[in-house]
Amino acid sequence: MSDTNEMSNTSEQRRQFLKTSVGAAAVAIAPGMLMFDMAHGKTEAVSGKVRWGMLINTANCEDCDKCVKACNKENGLSGGLSPTDSQWIRKVELKDMRTERSLALPMMCQHCAEPPCVDVCPTGASFKRADGIVLVDKHICIGCRYCMMACPYKARSFVHEPLHDQKPDVPRGKGVVESCTMCVQRIDKGLQPACAEACPNKSILFGNLNDPGSEISIKMRTEASTQVRADLGLDTGLRYQGI
Amino acid sequence: MSKLFALLAILCMCASATATEIYGMPKLDIGKGGQCVADPQWMRKNHMRVLFQQRDETVHQGMRGGKFSLKNCIECHASLRDNSVTGRADSFCEGCHSFEAVKIDCFECHSSKRSSSLVQGESK
Repeated sequence: MSDTNEMSNTSEQRRQFLKTSVGAAAVAIAPGMLMFDMAHGKTEAVSGKVRWGMLINTANCEDCDKCVKACNKENGLSGGLSPTDSQWIRKVELKDMRTERSLALPMMCQHCAEPPCVDVCPTGASFKRADGIVLVDKHICIGCRYCMMACPYKARSFVHEPLHDQKPDVPRGKGVVESCTMCVQRIDKGLQPACAEACPNKSILFGNLNDPGSEISIKMRTEASTQVRADLGLDTGLRYQGI
Repeated sequence: MSKLFALLAILCMCASATATEIYGMPKLDIGKGGQCVADPQWMRKNHMRVLFQQRDETVHQGMRGGKFSLKNCIECHASLRDNSVTGRADSFCEGCHSFEAVKIDCFECHSSKRSSSLVQGESK
């Protein structure tokens, strides 16, 4: 009888000891874990559950170039119009010669789901991020410009001259191809692209195409919109209204 | 005994001082300095590896704000005089790289300036 009592006492003590040590370990490790998280910031990778896109209403698009200016400012582009200057977004004017109806729209990388620039890239520099943004990894780009040839929207530019005073968030340099990044540095911070924010008429609606409840999805479901060169079957992330 | 130790200590200091003079080891302007993300000697040896790793994660997977980001390095280590890690013989990156004769490609595209200084500059 006394033996059993002793045994139960011992196991009780052991149990207590284990509980205390687990508690102490948790207290010791928790701040470390916290510090690790703080040092790492945003650790999760972008996921395919999101597909970023834009819906551009050309009916509201005025005769201004605020989106172009905002893009140039955000990404540190010169804003020059010579053949060797980079243009990530440009205003295109269309005119039906028969009816004389004219309209203007901003044209940039259409962030295709099946991007031809990615298909032709020989090094894998041109790629589509999981959330649908088409980018150039300039560390891998060799400047062959196949992607510029392949793009039906003429959206990409090649940097011909050495650059100085680049933006810390937007590294750019000579010898590689670049294009609209949908302001990926802003999207990762939870902001919307500079052009969408700058538009005085809110003609550029930015949002998640994969979320049926997002404003852009609702609008695309209820109103007519078209892809530019839909015949190519690229499933563009940018859609236009009124063209 | 304590005199012997003092003598030894002085000798060691002299030896290291002469080594610095003979080999022309770079004396770096480390900017704000302070607690780094890892041990300095380890960083001297491995900074390019961790920068490459983080670069790929950031560009391809959008994982931003990691502790080994180039922007973070520059934020702490840019000189307090010109807010840059390049441009002078004692600049944080350029000092060692010119001593070791290793070309830095980073700053052909990336900004070598402290980003907080640029934000202030813009608002002025």
